[in-house]
Amino acid sequence: MSHLLEIKDLHVTYRGDEAKVYAVNGLDLTLDSGQTLGLVGETGAGKTTTALSIMRLLPERIGIIEKGQITLDGYDITQASDADMRVLRGSLVSMIFQDPMTSLNPIRRVGEQVAEVLELHQKNLSKEDIDKKVDEIFQLVGLPVERKIEYPHQFSGGMRQRIVIAIALACQPKLLLADEPTTALDVTIQAQVLDLMQELKEKLDTATILITHDLGVVAETCDQVAIMYAGEIIEIGTAEDIFEGKDHHPYTTGLFGSIPDLSKKERRLHPIEGMMPDPTNLPSGCKFHTRCPHATAICQQQEPPFIKNGTQGICCHLFADAAGNRGSQEDK
Amino acid sequence: MEMPILETKGLKKYFKTPRGNLHAVDDINISIPKGHTLGVVGESGCGKSTLGRVILRLIEATDGEVLFEGDNILKYNIQQMDAMRRKLQIIFQDPFASLNPRLSVSEIIADPIRTNKLLKNRKEIEERVVELMQTVGLSERFINAYPHELDGGRRQRIGVARALALDPKFIVCDEPVSALDVSIQAQILNLMMDLQEERDLTYLFITHDMSVVKHISSQVMVMYMGQCVEIAPTDELFEQPMHPYSQALLSAIPVPQLRHDRKKRQLIRGEITSPINPKPGCRFAPRCPYASEKCTGESIPLTERSTGHFVSCVL
Repeated sequence: MSHLLEIKDLHVTYRGDEAKVYAVNGLDLTLDSGQTLGLVGETGAGKTTTALSIMRLLPERIGIIEKGQITLDGYDITQASDADMRVLRGSLVSMIFQDPMTSLNPIRRVGEQVAEVLELHQKNLSKEDIDKKVDEIFQLVGLPVERKIEYPHQFSGGMRQRIVIAIALACQPKLLLADEPTTALDVTIQAQVLDLMQELKEKLDTATILITHDLGVVAETCDQVAIMYAGEIIEIGTAEDIFEGKDHHPYTTGLFGSIPDLSKKERRLHPIEGMMPDPTNLPSGCKFHTRCPHATAICQQQEPPFIKNGTQGICCHLFADAAGNRGSQEDK
Repeated sequence: MEMPILETKGLKKYFKTPRGNLHAVDDINISIPKGHTLGVVGESGCGKSTLGRVILRLIEATDGEVLFEGDNILKYNIQQMDAMRRKLQIIFQDPFASLNPRLSVSEIIADPIRTNKLLKNRKEIEERVVELMQTVGLSERFINAYPHELDGGRRQRIGVARALALDPKFIVCDEPVSALDVSIQAQILNLMMDLQEERDLTYLFITHDMSVVKHISSQVMVMYMGQCVEIAPTDELFEQPMHPYSQALLSAIPVPQLRHDRKKRQLIRGEITSPINPKPGCRFAPRCPYASEKCTGESIPLTERSTGHFVSCVL
């Protein structure tokens, strides 16, 4: 069976004033319908760049897909024309952005903004049909239908994010990219929005990539988890592998150590020392070796192999030895 | 119990709006013993930042008292207050907006020292700056750097160094780690806890993140629409939250663990109502699953349920 989304060896760079920024460096990913993948990492890990590449919304002439292939439902996104992309965006793949304040048009009624997507992608619908559909979508995301004539500023943050979700789901896309959809919201509202997304996923069978830095959010919503560092996926697996498995990439371990744990009494946290490397000048070998407590000479010289073990994959020299030989690495 | 270093009594801040008074801080009574941390949690708009600012007199209070070492600082005149400010400092949320982009790191950290004329000799000032940079874990090579050259974690370290420059006794920390990545957040939290131990600092730690508050505080206050709905020793609050709002806040936190039973979270409906001219009675009642007619009509006082654990709820 072919996958809904397949990314092969994706490389994305940004042209900076002084230097080239290596944002995504050889990313492989697959996703099937109805699955939710959590894409986790710190600021600058390349999470949003990956999503923008799938949407083909990288800043023109600055963000460049250097290499690699993105196949979405049989379409080769990297080769598609701009006109094709306009058709695909919204109908096959849509995106929810972090800040619901800036992703809505402040001078158009929210109902119109939802209707716009339908007008663009489903041209055979009459005005009445579109009206009816907008009402349905409003109900689906838990917005009072009578408020569709209001403007974005009249809604609270949580409500605005519901509108953004309504726009994204209006044409029932097969893939939804959610870029930190709840980061700007309060916890109680976040819980409401996460529950809504969960419910919609079950109803519509949409595949979702949830970009977040919050492992708590991932644990609540995702079946698959990919951890990114410096433009690479350094660990990937099912939620069980990541949250309950015993083998982890040292960075994953560090990320978990950094989170204040509600169930533990311990006061001191165990952060990862140092900072993310400069993306214009990435370290050789394993990009994490500068901060890794287990780094050895080989980590500086060679890029670590991708070791696959069942559903889990880890990109680290530590596990190359454990696997016995380098032959067990996945064929790309 | 030892004498509290900071106390507020009936502290109120109402903002005038065309539609009436906005109750940002409404009758807050806290008391923080020296060397301890009071965590203040609540959602956006609950008045937690206003509380921090009113205590420091960055915003003037409408009513009430702020006692620092037993003295009401709200009565101080400008000269007295200027002297007092050395002991009271603040660390802001956004390390991008709270640093002057046109000053270098050393100028930013030296600014409070110069303003207060603590040291006059240039060399002494520089030595002090270097010392402060070491304290907060900033490498000396950044001394002439400008804020835009540094990342969020380092910028927040500058904010901490600046707050420490005058050797304060009390620091209001207004969401100091909210804008940072988790791994950096943990570094800054550890730094703040170390500094507290070394220097016997007292913190008022404002945050919306319950898990952060659990790590750093000895006592936690939950605010809702300007009022304190529950205040308790940290462990007690996390083990036995009594107010329905505290319970909802705690259950809404996404935990980085898989829940196999997938227990349905206790979600609260709706959103914060308007804090302008609120009706008497419990302000959480419109969203509360247990609300009854007892909750409206008259205001509900904080009652002590066990030692140090106060709750304002009829349940």
